[in-house]
Amino acid sequence: MTTLTVNGTEYPLDLADPRVTLLDALRDRLDLTGTKKGCDQGACGACTVLCDGRRILACLTLAAQCDGREITTIEGLESHPLQDAFVRHDAFQCGYCTSGQIMSAVALLGENRAGTDADIREYMSGNLCRCGAYSNIVAAVREVARHA
Amino acid sequence: MDFLRATTWAEALRMKADRPDATPVQGGTDVMVEINLDKGRPKALLDLTPVAELTEWSVESGNIRIGAGVTYTRIIAELADRLPGLAQASRTVGSPQIRNRGTVAGNLGAASPAGDSHPPLLASGAIVEAESVDGTRMIPVGDFYTGVKRHALASHELIRAIHVPVKRGPQYFSKIGTRNAMVIAVCSFGIALNAEDRTVGTGIGSAAPTPRRAVEAEAFLAGNWPAGDLDPAVAKRFGELVAAAAAPIDDVRGSSGYRVHALAVMARRTLGWAWQELRNGGRS
Repeated sequence: MTTLTVNGTEYPLDLADPRVTLLDALRDRLDLTGTKKGCDQGACGACTVLCDGRRILACLTLAAQCDGREITTIEGLESHPLQDAFVRHDAFQCGYCTSGQIMSAVALLGENRAGTDADIREYMSGNLCRCGAYSNIVAAVREVARHA
Repeated sequence: MDFLRATTWAEALRMKADRPDATPVQGGTDVMVEINLDKGRPKALLDLTPVAELTEWSVESGNIRIGAGVTYTRIIAELADRLPGLAQASRTVGSPQIRNRGTVAGNLGAASPAGDSHPPLLASGAIVEAESVDGTRMIPVGDFYTGVKRHALASHELIRAIHVPVKRGPQYFSKIGTRNAMVIAVCSFGIALNAEDRTVGTGIGSAAPTPRRAVEAEAFLAGNWPAGDLDPAVAKRFGELVAAAAAPIDDVRGSSGYRVHALAVMARRTLGWAWQELRNGGRS
């Protein structure tokens, strides 16, 4: 039996098939569907979550590898300033990549990587937005970084 | 599929001896892609992430011994001054999320010719520390790659660490990709100059069945050791010899002809940076 700790809550999980990724466990077993499945091969960033405070891709992590780790998903943020900034800066269109963008940006602020726009672009480069809201995403992250 | 979770290194070695068919997994950034896309179904996975010993690096007789669980993020943050070539290559791996999980040992275990860490490991003369219940083997990285996605590990061996010599001169890495992040290299090149004994190391990525050195180019440059201005003829010849050492294929990422051309350009360019650093007395 694996125990996943997600947003402070412990979830016992029976992984009969150990191939279950953290992403599928979150969405299909725990009904935490805020984390999105884009490419399922580590190329898009839509499934970005925090593991012990560091950003990782839930699609490339086995649920069984997360036993004893602290996972934070978009549902675990409590009105984070980035969420408000994304709305005000219109930093999304379809919204599918947004939870991954925000989780990645939360980690980026903690890594002190938001000094310049070039830094923000570089350290957000693991999150694709096919609607092309990049400039507004940078604006939202920049604003929160300046006021942090 | 069985899931084995080792909590100590000794336990990991025993598990691998009992289950030589188990695929070791660290960050999963390569293994999991294969599983998710159903390109392969390992009989068993051996999770090494709980093994604390693997996440440490240390200094040992002029080398940095990098544990198999040290992530690219930590190499960039903690070792860029001593292993600049490897750190530069690490910065080009995937994305911040991938670099938080991926490891050099995983790159070696996958043994893809396109792996980003291979050129700097070849250029600096790294050694792979392989271990099993039978003992330890030190494998020069040039002997480690045996074919496309094949390596010299026995089925009951695991990578314990990689020993990378501390820089003894300028080191540079260059990589061609379709964008600046999250790309598999079209081709890549690493150079390491050893200013103490005036030798040259090189590594070619993604342009042959395995990562490989450009041995003739190394000997040529060692015989024309940087002094004064870089002679364009020397740079050109160095580039030609690097390109001649490659044996690329045409694939979805690039044509053979493009790869050969790009390698010559990258070799000249990285040589220029290295030469400049030597002239500046070690400052890039």
